Amino acid sequence: MSKSDNIYNYTNIQAFLLVTLRVLLGWYFLYEGITKIANPDWTSMGYLMDSKGLFSGMYHSMAANASVVTVVDFLNKWGLTLIGMGLITGLLTQLALIFGILILVMYYLSHPALASVTYLMPMEGSYLWVNKTLIEIFAMAVLLVFPTGRIAGLDRLIAKWTKK
Amino acid sequence: MKKNSSKKDKSSNTSAQTIGRRDIIKGLAAVPVLGAFSYAWLKKNKIDETLRQQMREVVSLTSQPVELAPAASGDPIRVGVVGFGIRGKQLMRAAGFPEPSWIDEQIKAHAENKANTNYQNYMEQEQLNMIVTGVCDIFTVYSKEAAVAASNINREGADGKMGSEPKQYKTYIEMLDAPDIDAIIIAAPDHWHAPMAIEAARRGKHVYCEKPVSWSVPELYQLVKVVKEKGIVFQLGHQGRQTESYTKAREAIEKNILGKINLIEVCTNRNDPNGAWVYDIHPEANETTIDWKQFIGQAPWHDFSLERFFRWRCWWDYSTGLNGDLLTHEYDALNQIVGLGIPGSVASSGGIYFFKDGRTVPDVLQVVMEFPKKDLSFLYSATLASSRSRGKVIMGHDASMEISDRLVIKADGDSTQYKTKIEEGLIDVNNPLYSFTPGKKGADGFATATEQYFASRGLLYTYRNGKRVDTTHLHIKEWLNCIKAGVHPSCNIDRAFEEGISAHMSTKALLENRRVFWDEDKMEIV
Repeated sequence: MSKSDNIYNYTNIQAFLLVTLRVLLGWYFLYEGITKIANPDWTSMGYLMDSKGLFSGMYHSMAANASVVTVVDFLNKWGLTLIGMGLITGLLTQLALIFGILILVMYYLSHPALASVTYLMPMEGSYLWVNKTLIEIFAMAVLLVFPTGRIAGLDRLIAKWTKK
Repeated sequence: MKKNSSKKDKSSNTSAQTIGRRDIIKGLAAVPVLGAFSYAWLKKNKIDETLRQQMREVVSLTSQPVELAPAASGDPIRVGVVGFGIRGKQLMRAAGFPEPSWIDEQIKAHAENKANTNYQNYMEQEQLNMIVTGVCDIFTVYSKEAAVAASNINREGADGKMGSEPKQYKTYIEMLDAPDIDAIIIAAPDHWHAPMAIEAARRGKHVYCEKPVSWSVPELYQLVKVVKEKGIVFQLGHQGRQTESYTKAREAIEKNILGKINLIEVCTNRNDPNGAWVYDIHPEANETTIDWKQFIGQAPWHDFSLERFFRWRCWWDYSTGLNGDLLTHEYDALNQIVGLGIPGSVASSGGIYFFKDGRTVPDVLQVVMEFPKKDLSFLYSATLASSRSRGKVIMGHDASMEISDRLVIKADGDSTQYKTKIEEGLIDVNNPLYSFTPGKKGADGFATATEQYFASRGLLYTYRNGKRVDTTHLHIKEWLNCIKAGVHPSCNIDRAFEEGISAHMSTKALLENRRVFWDEDKMEIV
């Protein structure tokens, strides 16, 4: 990678790994979103009702209101899908990361990995305070401060286009 | 854009602000990943769809739950209610006549916890075409409460506007003789079920009778005779008849999806005083507020006892124990699904192992019914002192079925019918061959793990759209509609006879400590 097109001064391996991490996170978001869109029976209600911990009251009252559930379902389906596509293609990368972090924080607060609680939803690993969601939040925060959209992504074209 | 950029290419070395070939390549670098994603996604979909298709070829259940016609129109049916204890109150609510205090409780519960939508669900319950024109309870407090509930036609709280109160009768006979009573709902203790139903039928009044159908065998024969002679509409109170998953279960069995059924296992597990019939004693109950003589009826005389009055299910004198109270629900469910009929023989054992409170009926009980004509055994196992959950399981040579709110069919690894398909990997014995969750649109073995967890705990579909219909309400509605249409309901006197005989055989086997048989020619228990 020549200096001229590496505006952040990453080494090749740094740039490659950061972009790969972004694409992998994007893939993960996209699949979560697409499967929800494809399943007409999918609803966030069970997940909301399963909430525990400090903020569970808020999530439970969301679950109790059918119109709120409809909105939450819509935001999840399309939010996850658009964030996923944004991260893979590097389109509006920073915005996708911010919304991705927001959505993950909502997930983490609804199902905090506290020592004293167990959830209906089966966990695929053993978690104490730190869980998959929290690590994803920080992985995305890392990408937020080490941007990659303008190295490999549509953001690069947009930047050139607008500055032209 | 491509056109533009190719034009700019030439100058890309001189200006960083123009879009060069390198920019195009790097800008679109990750886009092929979307292609890979689409490929993976389509491939996965294809695999899932092929499996679904194969499953559909093996199991396709098309039956829809019986949609009851809207509440029949015309003049409302004038109903008298006997008994306003725990079940009587539930029945009146299901019929659309709640106690005002209950409404207040539900409103309060919703205010405290928005997720509790009992009140909203209840208010959405359809109005039935009946009015309560008489109530009868031998405890004066309950009698008054029943009259107030009957007048609560707008389903309001204590400060709401009530309709007119029906007459409170001191005896059920006086109520049955009243000209403004077309039908009665019986929610009295077990030893009163048949005598009341017989008297009602004699007068040509229709009957909704709580289970079990009778306390003794001779009165059951009498009841069947008079119901048939008079042609009244009789419904036994097994509201499980309205359960959606049972309809699907029956269809699966008719289509031979389970293969040869050889064993059925059903259970009762409860673990609290209320579930063990240790009900609260009302503070205003005493010898002046209770007509004790009428309570005893044909039962052996016993001096006034508040325990016996409120917790009558604990004594054989008035009760039919686990057999009549809970085995009958399980038996009737399976009689509906499999068409069991009356067992050829019954053995039973059990004891009073936990609630040593002076009761005479067991709190742990096993009943084994043999159905030689169907080549299958029916095993009932119950405890009132452990809430470990055990499902209703129907075991066949080719597949087994577990029924709760949901219905799950799993193929048997050693099945003959599915042998080839299992070997070819078309059927996975670890995943359901078929699963059905009421309220969910589709039914297949492919719900996600998360979905299955939530659904099996009643968190998903039964609450979807905030609606959960009370099966007791549907059961009463069916009865009322049948009265209007002059036809017989799902739990009619023939089904009631099968339920009654099966339960009595179980009790006889337990009390006489022997295996009892059904003599089909003589139509009697030997």
